[in-house]
Amino acid sequence: MAKPSDTTAHRRSRLGPLLVSPSLVLLAAVIGYPVVAALVTSFRADPSLKDGFFTTGGEFSGVSNYLHWLVQSCGGTSCPAGTLGDQFWTSVLVTLFFTVVTVSLEVLIGLLMAVVMNQAFAGRGLLRAVVLVPWAIPTAVTAKLWFFMFAYDGIINRALGAHILWTDGAWSSRVAVIIADVWKTTPFVALLLLADMSGIPGGLYEAARIDGASAFQSFLRITLPLVRPALLVAVVFRVLDVLRIYDLPAILTQGGGGDGHATTTLSILTVRQIQQGYGGASALSTLTFVLIFGVALALVRAFRVNLVQSEQHGMS
Amino acid sequence: MTTTGSKHAWKTRRRWLRLWPYAGAAVIVLWCLGPFYWMVVTAFRDVGHTFDATPWPSHPTLDNFRAAFDTSGGDHFGRALLNSMVIACATTALALLIGGPAAYALVRLPMRAKPKVLAAILCASMFPGVAILTPMFQLFTDIKWLGTYQALIVPNISFALPLAIWILTSFFAAMPWELEKAALADGATPAQAFRKILLPLAAPGLFTTGIIVFFAAWDEYLLSSLLSNGNPDVAPVTVAIANFAGSQPHQVPYTAIMAAGAVVTLPLVAAVLVFQRRIVTGLTAGAFK
Amino acid sequence: MSTRRTLSAASAALVLAAAGCATPDSGLDAAGRHLDGRGPITYVQASDTAGVATKQVIETWNRRHPDQRVTLRQFSDVDELHDNLVHHFKAEDADYDVLGADVVTIAEYAAHRWLQPFKGAYTLDTSALLEQTVKTARYQGTLYAAPFMTDAGLLYYRKDLVPRPPRTWQELLGHCKIARERGMGCYAGQFAKYEGLTVNVAEAVAAAGGSFVKADGTTPSADTPAARKGLSLLVDAYRSGDIPKEAITYQEEESREAFEAGKLLFLRNWSYVYPLASSDGGSVVKGKFGVAMLPGVSGPGRTALGGQDNAVNVYSEHKATARDFLIYLQSPGVQRELLIKQGQSPVVKSLYHDKKLLDDPALGYLGALERSIATATERPVTPFYPAVTQAISQNAYAAIKGEKPVGKALEDIQAAILAATSEQ
Repeated sequence: MAKPSDTTAHRRSRLGPLLVSPSLVLLAAVIGYPVVAALVTSFRADPSLKDGFFTTGGEFSGVSNYLHWLVQSCGGTSCPAGTLGDQFWTSVLVTLFFTVVTVSLEVLIGLLMAVVMNQAFAGRGLLRAVVLVPWAIPTAVTAKLWFFMFAYDGIINRALGAHILWTDGAWSSRVAVIIADVWKTTPFVALLLLADMSGIPGGLYEAARIDGASAFQSFLRITLPLVRPALLVAVVFRVLDVLRIYDLPAILTQGGGGDGHATTTLSILTVRQIQQGYGGASALSTLTFVLIFGVALALVRAFRVNLVQSEQHGMS
Repeated sequence: MTTTGSKHAWKTRRRWLRLWPYAGAAVIVLWCLGPFYWMVVTAFRDVGHTFDATPWPSHPTLDNFRAAFDTSGGDHFGRALLNSMVIACATTALALLIGGPAAYALVRLPMRAKPKVLAAILCASMFPGVAILTPMFQLFTDIKWLGTYQALIVPNISFALPLAIWILTSFFAAMPWELEKAALADGATPAQAFRKILLPLAAPGLFTTGIIVFFAAWDEYLLSSLLSNGNPDVAPVTVAIANFAGSQPHQVPYTAIMAAGAVVTLPLVAAVLVFQRRIVTGLTAGAFK
Repeated sequence: MSTRRTLSAASAALVLAAAGCATPDSGLDAAGRHLDGRGPITYVQASDTAGVATKQVIETWNRRHPDQRVTLRQFSDVDELHDNLVHHFKAEDADYDVLGADVVTIAEYAAHRWLQPFKGAYTLDTSALLEQTVKTARYQGTLYAAPFMTDAGLLYYRKDLVPRPPRTWQELLGHCKIARERGMGCYAGQFAKYEGLTVNVAEAVAAAGGSFVKADGTTPSADTPAARKGLSLLVDAYRSGDIPKEAITYQEEESREAFEAGKLLFLRNWSYVYPLASSDGGSVVKGKFGVAMLPGVSGPGRTALGGQDNAVNVYSEHKATARDFLIYLQSPGVQRELLIKQGQSPVVKSLYHDKKLLDDPALGYLGALERSIATATERPVTPFYPAVTQAISQNAYAAIKGEKPVGKALEDIQAAILAATSEQ
């Protein structure tokens, strides 16, 4: 008969994979199948017109769908303005720009919100509910609301006494999208941070105060390190989300502004391409996936140190 | 003079210190509720005055709420609310029930390749939703799932489960697990330790994760609009609101859309508020603070 | 068959299914099947083109045909409907029997052989309908759909300020000093970067005698003097301020709001504006506006037709019921009910000469509407409509804002259409 501790250790080492596998199996089914299907489609030609009617398409076409996007190849020539192929690289830049700016703003404002909400004062519970409001409104409605408010005769121009063509300029339309997105999703960041912040024992702050630390110093030395895991999770998921942003710019600006595609993100481009052919759309979404994967990999690498640390903290 | 001056400054400083949470709260309330207020005002406006800019409803009316819930034209906004509840609750339950144990294992149990598993789960949530759509549609057509609840719940797993696992992992990693050990050392059974110590400790994390996943599922539009297949018996509110039509072609019924938006927002926030109270009390009663 | 071969066959089938491949000519085969099929059917359409009256009309049908009931399925807009339909067609699905399709999508669906053609024994009588609307339902000479609702761009003008509506752009611009004196905008249509811009630009180009795509549906004709002249009408008016700056953000609703608020002398918009501007509580132009045909270059201009045609899914199993339902929907009685109850412009000729309707003050636009439809141009008819409208709206948008010379914009439209239609 084995020693009890051995059995426990053995059981524990078997239990881990057992608890994780349902998640992995489910994800493989929900994500794996569509991803493989999309990958296969991305190497197939879209239907072409012959004597007025479409062929069924689907023949193997090598990497031509990918070349279409990467080097803007439209049937041997460079894609002219007004085709989707022409917009690929600007869409990549626009998407990355939205990601960097909105996530930075959300983290900053989210932190501030969480700090305020974490103070003990009357009406704190109400404040926490108020913060949820923008987040509880479905994005589809949020986009319509901001579209309505950013109209030329809308309330924002009237309140500012301005005559800004929000959805027209390259930068004003981007600003509009960023404002709407930050408004809508900062609560997610704030709530995640607040949950960790409220777990910090008050004694820590008390000790720091006695040691003569200013409020800002104790925020830097105590609060920030302790909410770091939650902050990083928030950042990773927000980044992944914004890299795929669709509804807001699609409804608010139709991807327009500037020269006509100043707010066209990769997802908007994909949806438009789906209307023109699945092969090209599958290649585009695979490229989007690669981009997101690259960004996520970089983030997780920067993140791993922390993850291991917190695991050890948890294992102690 | 200088003494009183600095004394005065010190006093102001103290008063400011006591008041700043209120000042911060005021800014937050303005920022969060400003656009929402405009939504509510528009919801109470007569449709013929949609574009008025008075800060209160000119020609106030309840017609928009009536229009939103009007079933004479075969619209079922109430039904859509129920559908959203079913879909979001089921998604949340699945994500917590399956993701919770996984997150626990990732934090607490010895396992090789932990970072790889976490990375794989993250990876799964990265494929753009628009790209999942087409193959998913073909699959659901083949197995006759289009326009059913399961066709709307299962795809939500693709974003809900990774989200739940990652958030729970970060929560579990920060939990004081020593307490479990201490309780076991004090002679508690593992089940007792779980129920009396771990569950109260994990409750805020589970609750927060639950809210986040629920809201994400509540918000979903792209997948639902295609996979509900135009079936009003299962379509969620996001799809139902998008289907609102004006009395005339091309007319955008902003007032009714805003009324519907207010209707889906307020109960949700109220529910969270009520639950949160309970959780916070549970939290302070526990051994945490 | 050995296990290995079964497996490889199965995996090949899986790959094919995953790639969304249909067996060749399946649409052609399906066109010959189920022509006499009867039973319950499903009708799918976009909700932004349908109101409550559509549902009432369907209820009436269901009361009369309890064993051939119609179930209505709706999608929020024509884009979403388009994507859903394409998914269904690719799956060779018989779930939808009748589909209400935006007139510009008929060519695409027909070219894929997804629509049941009306020929041979399966015919449809269209003699009572407006000729131009029937044209929208044809592809390569064959009728593929039944016209159901139509719409035309109309010129709304302030009759209290301009007693007689202008017939040409020159006349219209001549009135702009009235607008300037009163601090109003002179003319606006829909110039935001979306589908509506394609419509406005196509109308301007048609006014000058040009077009974007030739009759074959694939050869671009954008880079012509006529097209240049047409696009320049809008570009010059925007530069001079006769089209106010904010019009570059206008869709239908924003431009209607500006007109109802008294900020515009002339407005190009669909017929739906007429009843709303006459009745809205916020409208300051009640009783002060008239409606006419769009302006042209040497005479009245030409509108681009909007509206919806109903078609039968080639994979439907109840095609006889489907056709009966189409005939019902375009019958004068139903068309009249839809006109009165939800302002849906009818496709039946006789209704435009119906004394009772013409005398109805809420329908004061009927005469102008009929004249506009009679001379209407179609929006570019092409199986590549999504690519073509993308090319037009993006380049025309840059041109109107003055960021791209008109000549260059049209060259790019020409090249983009060519790339889209030849490459694939």
